[in-house]
Amino acid sequence: MLSIGLGHYLTLAAIIFTIGVVGIFLNRKNVIVILMSIELILLSVNINLVSFSIFINDLSGQVFTLFILTVAAAEAAIGLAIIVIYYRNSGTIRVEEIDSLKG
Amino acid sequence: MIAHAVVFYIFSFIAIVSAIMVTTSRNTVHSVFFLILDFISISCLFIMIGAEFLGMIMLIVYVGAVAVLFLFVVMMLNVAQQKNEWFVASDSSSHIPIGLLVSLVIFSELLIVVGGWKYKAELQDSININLNLNLTNTQSLGNVIYTDYVHLFQLSGMVLLVAMIGAIVLTFRKRSGLKTQSYLRQISRERNEGVELIDVETKKGVKIDA
Repeated sequence: MLSIGLGHYLTLAAIIFTIGVVGIFLNRKNVIVILMSIELILLSVNINLVSFSIFINDLSGQVFTLFILTVAAAEAAIGLAIIVIYYRNSGTIRVEEIDSLKG
Repeated sequence: MIAHAVVFYIFSFIAIVSAIMVTTSRNTVHSVFFLILDFISISCLFIMIGAEFLGMIMLIVYVGAVAVLFLFVVMMLNVAQQKNEWFVASDSSSHIPIGLLVSLVIFSELLIVVGGWKYKAELQDSININLNLNLTNTQSLGNVIYTDYVHLFQLSGMVLLVAMIGAIVLTFRKRSGLKTQSYLRQISRERNEGVELIDVETKKGVKIDA
């Protein structure tokens, strides 16, 4: 309990990952919260990579975390741009009302 | 060891609570604030575990750029005060128990596989790039990034460039009626369109723009 090992960090990452997935599934509000849930999921992946990198004593996990950080920033920028133009065109970003694809 | 455990539990508790608040908060602005809190506590965990460079980079990139971008968009779109309607969804309420069930299954799978996993001994001596304890974390990362991973590094720069151009192109709105400079027309202008020589007759003058 008091000695923190790899399992603790992986459990923390699993909890945050699941919270992100729940946020995507159950969101009825707006798309921005879904984007934030995706950021949470990427964060939990980063936790996994960094803790493995530290506990296995291998640096490549941290390098990959750096690249995931880059991709996450790019994804957030593009996603927010898409949300902005959708809001400009249709006046709403509520999840229930975005149904033009009839999915 | 005890201090390590206490700090770990405090920061992970803050991280989990703020992650829950991100998804359940009524106000979207509050969600963004809790996202910032989540990033900060996770980066504190990174710094504590020994990945200082990544912790600091996460503070800069996520808190300084991404979260502020979220905040900016939330405030610009005026969606902050929309009501949260999680469990009162009218006709499509059948996906809520299914979604909860699926996420519960995902979580238990992750816990079983990952949380209780005793990693094997031969996995431990992977001698790909060992952490050198004489160097700082930043220095060893820099040694690796600019040598072994330099192509991936350049490629991630290209990803950022594409994202920047994409965001600009997507949100760019061409307004009509604005007087702007057109470089193409400027440099493709010829002498015979711009200048005209007129023989002026005596005592008659000349009409310009006839």
